[in-house]
Amino acid sequence: MSKILDGLKYSESHEWVKVDGTVAFIGVSDFAQKEMGDITYVDMPEEGDDVLAGEEFGALESVKASSELISPVSGTVVAVNSELEDAPEKVNEDAYGAWIIKVEMSNPGELDKLLDAAGYKALIGE
Amino acid sequence: MATLPYLPHTQADIRAMLDRIGAKQLDDLYSDVPSEFLKKGAYALPDALSEQEIRDFFAALEAQNARLKVFVGQGAYDHYTPSVIPYLTQRSEFLTAYTPYQCEISQGTLRYIFEYQTLMCELTGLDVSNASMYDGPTAAAEAMKMAVSCARKKNRVLLSKALLPHVIKVVETYAKFHGVEIGYVPAPDGQTSLEALQAELAQDDVAGVIVPSINRYGIIEDHSGFADAIHAEKGLLVEYCDPSALAVVNTPGEWGADIAVGDGQPLGLPLCYGGPYVGFMTVKKEHMRKMPGRIVGQTVDKQGRRAFVLTLQAREQHIKREKATSNICSNESLMALWVTIYLSLMGPEGLKEVNKISADGAHYLKAELLKTGQFQDVFPDKPFLKEFVLKPKKFPGQLQKKLEEAGFFAALDTEEGYVSFCVTEKRSKEECDQLVKVVKEG
Amino acid sequence: MKYYDKLIFELSKEGRCGYSLPVNKFPAAPEVPQQLRRQAPLRLPEVSEPDVVRHYTNLSQMNFGVDTGFYPLGSCTMKYNPKINEEVAALQGFAGLHPLMHAGLTKGANKVYQEMNKALAAITGMYTFTFDPCAGAHGELTGLMIMRTYHMMRGDMARTKVIVPDSAHGTNPASAAVCGLEVVEVKSLENGRIDVEALKPLLGPDIAGIMMTNPNTLGLFETEIKTIAKLVHDCGGLLYYDGANMNPLMGVVRPGDMGFDIMHLNLHKTFSTPHGGGGPGSGPVGVAKHLEDCIPDLRVSGFHGNFGVILRAYAYILALGKDHLRQVGQYAVLSANYIKECLKDVYKLPIEGVCKHEFVFDGLINDGAHDDVPGATTLDVAKRLLDYGFHAPTIYFPLLFHQALMIEPTETESKETIDTFIEVMRKIAAEAARDPNILHDAPHNAPITRPDETMAARNPILKYEW
Repeated sequence: MSKILDGLKYSESHEWVKVDGTVAFIGVSDFAQKEMGDITYVDMPEEGDDVLAGEEFGALESVKASSELISPVSGTVVAVNSELEDAPEKVNEDAYGAWIIKVEMSNPGELDKLLDAAGYKALIGE
Repeated sequence: MATLPYLPHTQADIRAMLDRIGAKQLDDLYSDVPSEFLKKGAYALPDALSEQEIRDFFAALEAQNARLKVFVGQGAYDHYTPSVIPYLTQRSEFLTAYTPYQCEISQGTLRYIFEYQTLMCELTGLDVSNASMYDGPTAAAEAMKMAVSCARKKNRVLLSKALLPHVIKVVETYAKFHGVEIGYVPAPDGQTSLEALQAELAQDDVAGVIVPSINRYGIIEDHSGFADAIHAEKGLLVEYCDPSALAVVNTPGEWGADIAVGDGQPLGLPLCYGGPYVGFMTVKKEHMRKMPGRIVGQTVDKQGRRAFVLTLQAREQHIKREKATSNICSNESLMALWVTIYLSLMGPEGLKEVNKISADGAHYLKAELLKTGQFQDVFPDKPFLKEFVLKPKKFPGQLQKKLEEAGFFAALDTEEGYVSFCVTEKRSKEECDQLVKVVKEG
Repeated sequence: MKYYDKLIFELSKEGRCGYSLPVNKFPAAPEVPQQLRRQAPLRLPEVSEPDVVRHYTNLSQMNFGVDTGFYPLGSCTMKYNPKINEEVAALQGFAGLHPLMHAGLTKGANKVYQEMNKALAAITGMYTFTFDPCAGAHGELTGLMIMRTYHMMRGDMARTKVIVPDSAHGTNPASAAVCGLEVVEVKSLENGRIDVEALKPLLGPDIAGIMMTNPNTLGLFETEIKTIAKLVHDCGGLLYYDGANMNPLMGVVRPGDMGFDIMHLNLHKTFSTPHGGGGPGSGPVGVAKHLEDCIPDLRVSGFHGNFGVILRAYAYILALGKDHLRQVGQYAVLSANYIKECLKDVYKLPIEGVCKHEFVFDGLINDGAHDDVPGATTLDVAKRLLDYGFHAPTIYFPLLFHQALMIEPTETESKETIDTFIEVMRKIAAEAARDPNILHDAPHNAPITRPDETMAARNPILKYEW
């Protein structure tokens, strides 16, 4: 059983969003990190980059796979979690603690298109 | 028809296997191929030769090639090969293995690649090496792509006009299809011009710059100020180098380069009409994940013993497909082993000695050639090692022909109207004197 | 094979040397100016010649090659590498040739290229070949450059997409991207072949061509090739043939006759040159007559390609001649079908029917999973094979199946070797059914046990620290 936190928004590509005013913290779900196995590297954008909802902003890598990270919202990256550069295993250890990027949202209305915890639970069918 | 010794199948074997499959004859195994595509009639090939006939055939063919003392470099250098190297690289455990996918039974390959990576980092003064590229020019082309990929929004790469001609041509080919714009930095005095480079950088579109450590004229370039100028514009500095010469000249790391590339051929690889050689690439650590090619890393096995594996594979084509850093997979592994054994045998003193004898020989030959009065010096004050150019006072074709007849491959004419010479430690003083004598008589 | 834990650097001792150079009789040249001189100390191993020979001999003994044993690595065509080829490539009259010597000095080498060109044209049905590419992926890239050049020369600049089947080798889409082409994927049918109906809507004025492997990576002949060729040609595109799987067609079918316009060959697969632990290879590219003019301006490698590899392949072709060519293809296919039939009751065969030189299983029928013991995977089977003295097949490729196990025996293996392999594969299946843990912990008899690949990727150690 994967952990799903109430109060977060989820995308169908398994990213979570935690909203703090106009800023969105983005990470990947516990389900996603389990599917991926041991994460060896998190490929992240740079501060100041623009991201678009539905577009790739980075990737998770394991020994034998690479999985795209898709931004659930549009906006500008205001911070990346540099801790993950040397400790990608934090995503495995605590998927909801290990945010990947912080985005200043340009269109918070996009949040409405995301799933809530119950919707996400239904999606992954656990 | 004689049997081919590589095929173990007896008629009884074939019959038994067909029976197990449930096929009447071998042709039935192609029943899925539309009959119009089954080749009818004989192939336009010669009759099969026996081993002795093959041996005789190639002996005759080999005799049609000239056997000359090589006094030309221009990207392929006639250095000495210790006899240990072909002996060891022919060991079939190295020779007949595939890429080390099954690491538990490929530790031999993985260990020598790790050693090779260490040696290339040491020579170039950079942090991370890949397991090898095809050759020097394609390694430069990969560096061009990498510069664009690192720079993200910039799409122009500058090439020094003093790079070897074949390097420029290959990079241009890759750039044309990859959609990268190429600019050029002239080398009017036999050295890539910093002023011209700065002017190009001012256009604010340069992702990277490729310059030769030792250039097409044999001149050791001074790259003081290059890295600062390029980094100020957020571009990458790529040094194209002769790895043998890095024993004595400034390393790419010392010039502040982000990427070093070149051909490992001068490290004891036979000329072999241009290949197989081995390209190399080393980079600063921060660019590691943008690097193309295989990379070997150290880890431990379940018992905690030191072990080696292919690593950082998520960059590669078999995982990332069209998003991979490159399409390269198989490279020139056996030639990387060649280079590794060469450097192990030569050691620091041997490699310096190779450079010393070659440079002494080249300076001697140049001085003697100038004494004949048949050449003008082109870049009299510029430092060089084993290779140099002169401007012939007469049309060079006749001179080359004379030299060939006397057993020398020398005085290769260049695009600029110069003739190029190279002396390695394989060339004796007597041979140099003979060459000069031929020139004098010519 | 035994574990040997040295690196050459650890044998180094100051003052030892392994080289022998002539006495320098030249007058001393001026020193390299101070500001151009290497500043860092030069740390290379200082070892004697016997040290070096023993070290690399020990390393070699931790390696498995075709000469060691059966190497059924799918899509890699690990056939026997004839030794006469090595003898030929070492001839000083070839090895000593400088690449910039003019044609008058290299008549023997020129003849090798001319005759190889004729031979490869005869074998493949293409018109002419370029020998510059140094590997299969390099050949793909060159072939796609030719494809684009063809369209550009006709002023048809809109063709920027290339169709690649989902079963294709990873190099296909990667080569397309390096060549500046956009990749469009076409799906496979349940029977493993390209879905012609799915292909049709992809075709249009923006399509440069299609890249195909035939037989494909499942070892299955693309039976609709004639229709596919017509559809692609009718839309103005070209057909590219990935020659990685040419071996089963040797002497039987020619890509040129099937409508392919461009192809590459892997001389290190089909033409018996050694793989060298990952190169050097050679990937000559052939084109049909109407593309002849697209080749000349393409400079994709330094000089003339990997001449030493081309020489070896030529020696092989001379040994085959027209007499044995067909046996290569037929025996390769015979062996693959034989193994498939003998194992399909214990390994899942997703697609029935005759295969070509290779085929794909989708894991074990009974993986032995019970209670909380996970079943044996394809990886486990592969690792267990090492214990029994076989190289593993290609695993987890193609991506169409989760537990892909791709077996390619080649024509140079005897029935006895193949029978032993079959026996071992059945034994492993029985072990899995009984106790999958035997497989999870494999290999037991290799120089090392399974390494920690996650650690290697998380904290990369990529060179020796002195």
